[in-house]
Amino acid sequence: MNGIHYVLHRIHHGENEAAKELLRMAERQQTEHEVHHVARDLASWSQEHLNLLAKHAANFDLDLDDHADTPNGITSQLRETLANAIGPRPEPALLLLEDLRHLYLRTSENSLAWEMLAQLAQAKHERGLLALSEECHPQTLRQIRWANTMIKTQTPQALASL
Amino acid sequence: MAHSASTPPRIRDPWGERTPYGPAQSWPARVDQHLVVDEGAVERWVPTASLLHSNGDAMDIAVADGRIVGVRGRHGDRVNRGRLDVKDLYGWQANNSADRLTRPLVRGEDGLAPSDWDSAMGLVVQRSRDLLDSDGPGSLGFYTTGQLFAEEYYTLTTIARAGIGTGHLDGNTRLCTATAGEALKETFGSDGQPASYSDVDHADVIALFGHNVAETQPVLWMRILDRLAGGDPPKLLVVDPRRTPVATRAEIHLAPRPGTNLALLNALLHELIEHDLIDHNYLNRHTVGFAELAKQVEHCTPEWAAKICEMPAEDVRQAAWLLGSAQRLLCTVLQGVYQSHQATAAAVQVNNLVLLRGMLGRPGCGVLQMNGQPTAQNTRECGANGDLPGFRNWENAQHIAELAKIWNVDPLQIPHYGPPTHAMQIFRYAEQGSLKFLWITGTNPAVSLPELARIRSILSRDELFVVVQDIFLTETAQLADVVLPAATWGEKTGVFTNADRTVHLSEKAIEPPGDARPDLDILLDYARRMDFRDQDGGPLISWSDPESAYAAWQRCSAGRPCDYTDISYADLRSEGGIQWGGERLYTDGDFPAAPDECESYGRDLITGASVEQTEYRALNPAGKAVIKAAEFFPLHEDASSDYPFQLITGRTIYHFHTRTKTARAPELHAAAPDVWVELCAEDAESLAVAEGDLVDVVSPRGRIRARVRVTAIRRGTVFVPFHYGYWDTTGAAPPDDAPGRAANELTVTDWDPVSKQPLFKTSAARIDKVQP
Repeated sequence: MNGIHYVLHRIHHGENEAAKELLRMAERQQTEHEVHHVARDLASWSQEHLNLLAKHAANFDLDLDDHADTPNGITSQLRETLANAIGPRPEPALLLLEDLRHLYLRTSENSLAWEMLAQLAQAKHERGLLALSEECHPQTLRQIRWANTMIKTQTPQALASL
Repeated sequence: MAHSASTPPRIRDPWGERTPYGPAQSWPARVDQHLVVDEGAVERWVPTASLLHSNGDAMDIAVADGRIVGVRGRHGDRVNRGRLDVKDLYGWQANNSADRLTRPLVRGEDGLAPSDWDSAMGLVVQRSRDLLDSDGPGSLGFYTTGQLFAEEYYTLTTIARAGIGTGHLDGNTRLCTATAGEALKETFGSDGQPASYSDVDHADVIALFGHNVAETQPVLWMRILDRLAGGDPPKLLVVDPRRTPVATRAEIHLAPRPGTNLALLNALLHELIEHDLIDHNYLNRHTVGFAELAKQVEHCTPEWAAKICEMPAEDVRQAAWLLGSAQRLLCTVLQGVYQSHQATAAAVQVNNLVLLRGMLGRPGCGVLQMNGQPTAQNTRECGANGDLPGFRNWENAQHIAELAKIWNVDPLQIPHYGPPTHAMQIFRYAEQGSLKFLWITGTNPAVSLPELARIRSILSRDELFVVVQDIFLTETAQLADVVLPAATWGEKTGVFTNADRTVHLSEKAIEPPGDARPDLDILLDYARRMDFRDQDGGPLISWSDPESAYAAWQRCSAGRPCDYTDISYADLRSEGGIQWGGERLYTDGDFPAAPDECESYGRDLITGASVEQTEYRALNPAGKAVIKAAEFFPLHEDASSDYPFQLITGRTIYHFHTRTKTARAPELHAAAPDVWVELCAEDAESLAVAEGDLVDVVSPRGRIRARVRVTAIRRGTVFVPFHYGYWDTTGAAPPDDAPGRAANELTVTDWDPVSKQPLFKTSAARIDKVQP
């Protein structure tokens, strides 16, 4: 394993997890309509990152999946049913905060990984990888800011009403 | 619309006779009038302006025997020069309706029963106090309208934000103008309409984006029609999936697939940049962010947009050329953009268009981000929506300190730890159960919000105490715990402001019916009974009537972009309509966008995430206009094999909102008595349905029954007007298992992440033929 393999693996794993977490969140939060819709849009960024990562990895003899694992079908149906059943109760607001907190941490990790890739790419004069990081990293930062904004907006009501 | 021989002429031809004029000439007057008595029998003419749309047409109410007997447009007013919308000619009859609410109602064992003010207000106050003690201010919320007066909004804002201390106050302006306000904030730093209606007099190209002005602001359309009939007429570019009356007069009519406005706009911007039809000098001196936009739209060729919008690339090219060759370009935007996918992102690109072309602050140049409702501008200015009064920024500690000083309260009493809660989120908190008190003033969410089955179930929750203040027993009022009878236009005094910042004073002409009271009096009574205090123990609200409430609002607005201190009741009485900020804003390219002044630091146009103050200071230290770019995203709910049509909802010229007033005017009711669905001829043929047939329109949320109108709408798109509900059929809702007639039975619960405006024009639907 060389440094490039190490960091590409790391980002790939992180983006795969972010895509899955966002899609899971969209399913779980059917009754939180903004989260439900925007999370799917944000997942598409991570999916696109995986696609680009796979292309670049091939140049370094590294085989990475170009798309995210899909959440299990039956489980996801169950999640939807559950979301609609518990939608009108206050506790789900806490589950939403937890989902957003996890996403914030996951995407922050990814941001660090993109940073590491950019640093390494400069050290090794890998222009392609530097461009890749410059293209993808801003979208990761936007995912973080979204999670942060949603946490900021949702927290007062969720916690003050307990 | 079958009209008979007895149909009044203005119902048949809502825009009336032409008074042609040429560029830079003044628009000739034409006085419209409708009286049900001889003119000699009119005892008084009382000045006001229209409350049935956002155009702000000045008019006088004719009074005889203590009743309204007609109306007349005001000859000298800058907005309408005497003309009236057909709704205004006839809509006043609603004031005289026999079924006005005249007494408070309180819910008991057998439903709503007549009560008195003391008992009803006693209940409202008791529930407010109990909840403040047990659950805190976040358990109380207020949902208001775009149809009260400035004095009333400012009082409501003071009650909610400084008295109760809740962030949960919004208006139904969320449904009509939230995107207009947000787009202006994103680009210019603050709300405030840049252009003026008088720019129609000078423009050589008028581009209307999702703006069926003929039916939403008919008097503004009369002005455009008069230019079209005069010498050297302007050319119109119209973007609308329907062949509206405006589209029939267009030089170029683009009918993109619903939900793809941003793709089209990005391609238009691409063409302007590609062919260097931009004002580099203006961009360099007055804007930041152009490089980001150029990069974003680099790949957005007409061919790229043509695939997404499903329209010819050549049309995009022609439209860009028309925009690029204009000498005086006026752009207007309304619900076709605001209530569609990527609403704010698209509305902001129209701002970018005028900035790129340097078309701002000169006669005939500018942008009108329009409003839907008559007093929506005041909801926004006074902070009765998701903003703070005077276009203050909730993230700016200095702005909060100013407000706290004006109200003489601890800054912490004013919730500013997050953006004020938007309407859809207020209803979500009620659904979750953390919001237990909702006071609704002058609006009808049981017909106007998306996914009505859900809204009705929220309003019917036992745990939610619902107060409805209105003039009729609307669908929403029927679900309330307490109903408060209000006075309306003509029965109370106050100020309101139209979509081009023209302020009018609306005077009381007659007494309200029975025990009905002005909204201001009801709110002041609540404040008195709640005994709201400032931090020195004095009364929080020191005003007691419209003029003293207005004086309080003037003090609050002082020094802000919407400064009312120079516009007094006396001025409005003597001069008629007066614009705040002058005829045009930003004439010198100076914007209220400096970090210490701006109303918002902005949001991510895709995610809605807030831009942090430090980031904004770095981006825009000099307070220039901000050019923001955004990428196209696929629709959240697209047509599918089960639901092959795209459903858009909208308006007819004959009705306003949920028809509470207009359906009580016989002429307007007869002109559009029931819901319909528009289909194109090809779709009608493939469904084997014809004009007048009954069909069911079905979405994943519900089903309605409507008669078919075959029109020149885009193929694959169906249109249903949203005005129709149940108060004149089955009550608050359709009977169990029967198809409804409210378009919002069908609409998806989804909103623009930036402006939080619900998307009424992006639902999937199918058409089921009803066997006769």
